[in-house]
Amino acid sequence: MYQIIRQILRTGIKTEAPPQPEDALRNEVQQISAQILHHVGRALAIRHVDAGSCNGCELEIHCLNNAYYNIERLGIHFVASPRHADMLLVTGPVSRHMEIALKRTYDATPDPKLVVALGDCGCDGGIFGESYASCGKIANVIPVDVIVPGCPPTPTAILQGILTAVSSCKTPQVLTSGLHNSKPSGSS
Amino acid sequence: MRLDDCTSLFPKLPGAMPVWHGIVNEKDLRELCEQILQSGGKLVALWGSDETGRDGHYALHVGLVSAPGMLVLTLPVDHEKPHFPDLSDIFPAADRMQRAVADMLGLYPSGSGNHRKWLRHAAWPGNVHPLRKSFDIATHFPIGEDNYPFVAVTGHGVHEIAVGPVHAGTIEPGHFRFSVVGERVLKLEERLGYKHKGIEKRFEDMTLQQGAKLAGRISGDTTVGYAWAYAQAVESITCTTPPPRALWLRALFLELERMLNHLGDLGYLGNDAALAFGFAQFWILKEDLLRMNGELFGHRYLMDIIIPGGVACNLDNAGLLRIAETLRHIEHETAILKGIYDEHAGMQDRFLTTGHVASDLAAKLGLTGLAGRASGQAWDARAQFPCVPYDQLDVYMVTHRNGDVAARVTMRFEEIAESIRLIRQILKQLPAGELLSPVGEAIEGNMGIGWVEGWRGEILVALHAGKDNRINRLHPHDPSWQNWPVLEHAIMGNIVPDFPLINKSFNLSYCGVDL
Repeated sequence: MYQIIRQILRTGIKTEAPPQPEDALRNEVQQISAQILHHVGRALAIRHVDAGSCNGCELEIHCLNNAYYNIERLGIHFVASPRHADMLLVTGPVSRHMEIALKRTYDATPDPKLVVALGDCGCDGGIFGESYASCGKIANVIPVDVIVPGCPPTPTAILQGILTAVSSCKTPQVLTSGLHNSKPSGSS
Repeated sequence: MRLDDCTSLFPKLPGAMPVWHGIVNEKDLRELCEQILQSGGKLVALWGSDETGRDGHYALHVGLVSAPGMLVLTLPVDHEKPHFPDLSDIFPAADRMQRAVADMLGLYPSGSGNHRKWLRHAAWPGNVHPLRKSFDIATHFPIGEDNYPFVAVTGHGVHEIAVGPVHAGTIEPGHFRFSVVGERVLKLEERLGYKHKGIEKRFEDMTLQQGAKLAGRISGDTTVGYAWAYAQAVESITCTTPPPRALWLRALFLELERMLNHLGDLGYLGNDAALAFGFAQFWILKEDLLRMNGELFGHRYLMDIIIPGGVACNLDNAGLLRIAETLRHIEHETAILKGIYDEHAGMQDRFLTTGHVASDLAAKLGLTGLAGRASGQAWDARAQFPCVPYDQLDVYMVTHRNGDVAARVTMRFEEIAESIRLIRQILKQLPAGELLSPVGEAIEGNMGIGWVEGWRGEILVALHAGKDNRINRLHPHDPSWQNWPVLEHAIMGNIVPDFPLINKSFNLSYCGVDL
């Protein structure tokens, strides 16, 4: 136990300041009201769905949980069931073998809900495109609020996409009340 | 036909790896497979191709490895009677590959007891085969019924737990059907193929240059391994030799990719054994390495920097120092964390004896790569069939015999240490010079093989050249093909809550096999 505590103290705080919302990432007019977003933005539950990616986007989603991005200090956490989720974070393209599973996951997510599509493939089908086996972009299968391009998008870009989805177009400052725990990057 | 004669009878393919290619009949194919097994060799990959437009038949291709190197055997398959001899009695790992060939090309193993579909779910009907040349990639069928015949386990107190395709964590989709009594798992049956997005068909008619980007996205966590194997295949088929500096840089990238994945897995293995501290620590180190990659090479995962003919980025002196400094830090921290993992009673209790795969079972089922080496299967192409620069680096192959989660954890610690040593050697000996050689012309009908020891195991890329430097057929093979079926054995007799830990200790690719 001494070794673990010593290592934690030696490591110090690595967490960095989060990015700001970015209106350019919006795909559709926000589906839910600013008032709900105010509450959701303080404690957002995300269900990740891999609908057919190359697993590159998943690598970067994992990084959101590392100490540098530390997504949980923003009140955002990943949950095990769509029934517990406010947001679906979907990577793609949507393979046709995942089409029904994705639709069912969307239906199982309670309203109001948000969908963020990740990666070049999630945004427009990417290099895999549409074919006998691929539906292409996420928006071809379920409604999408925010798209985050990149191959894969960096953790900062993903975080920015998530924060954009939970901030209303009109009052981008809503979310900042949920950021009270953020600290500038620490030293080791 | 005798196996010993193959290297003199069959032509050796040009390129970096020792690969011989021969055309055989059904009898020779089975005989040679049996001899490969008896000599301690193994099956690497099995795939098919549609040659009806060129010489009126289909073809089955089998990649086998034994002491001299790789032997690729091609069996012409009659287009009116599209059957080939079953090989799954010799190599059990062939079973799913043969079923994939049946789905995708309509070539069937005669004598096999398993005729269930594999990659096909409900997106196209059973009498349609997407890899036949007559099939148009844009064809769209309505989604039908899947009706996959799972094996039912019956008996007093047996019940099923069906998991997926959408899992509880941030992982890829697949379906696991556990048959359990109480907490104990009697049987696990995997159903994969959910991520099938038509990669192999997409490759067809791409130019050799265009294919590099897609190759790097077959399994994103192995982008370097696939990009290098693809580049090797192109270089083999076009008789291109990349400049020495490019080859040394490729090895640097491959070892960085190995470290990235091992660091991430060690973090998650701690997390899955309820030591969140382990996740926090290892993922700081992984992020440090990712940021270094981003700064020096322009991509955190090193995508698109290995291209046919060489590499697309360089490394200057400041970069050399930056890598050396990062490695020093990671080496120091990893040593401390290894001490903590080794001494942590709760963690060792979860790791030791969990998910055990005995050496003889591993050999029989063809367990490969890192998981194979943790169960006494001493195969590592970097050490046994070293291409430049591994032939000058004297790679130390890490192996263990215990075959449990603890062994697969130890493997990762020791392979990180070896990768650090290799990278230091590479930085010290990195030759100066060009980064890219011009890529030559490919002769239609020729085959090129790429073969790289990725972090998970051996990656194979088989490339069949078409007209005008285009791809006629490309088959990428992930070591997960061999290892997924062994996971079904590793979980037997363990408790359900240990499945995530055992699964993570293998960390297999879904998209790499779903294609």
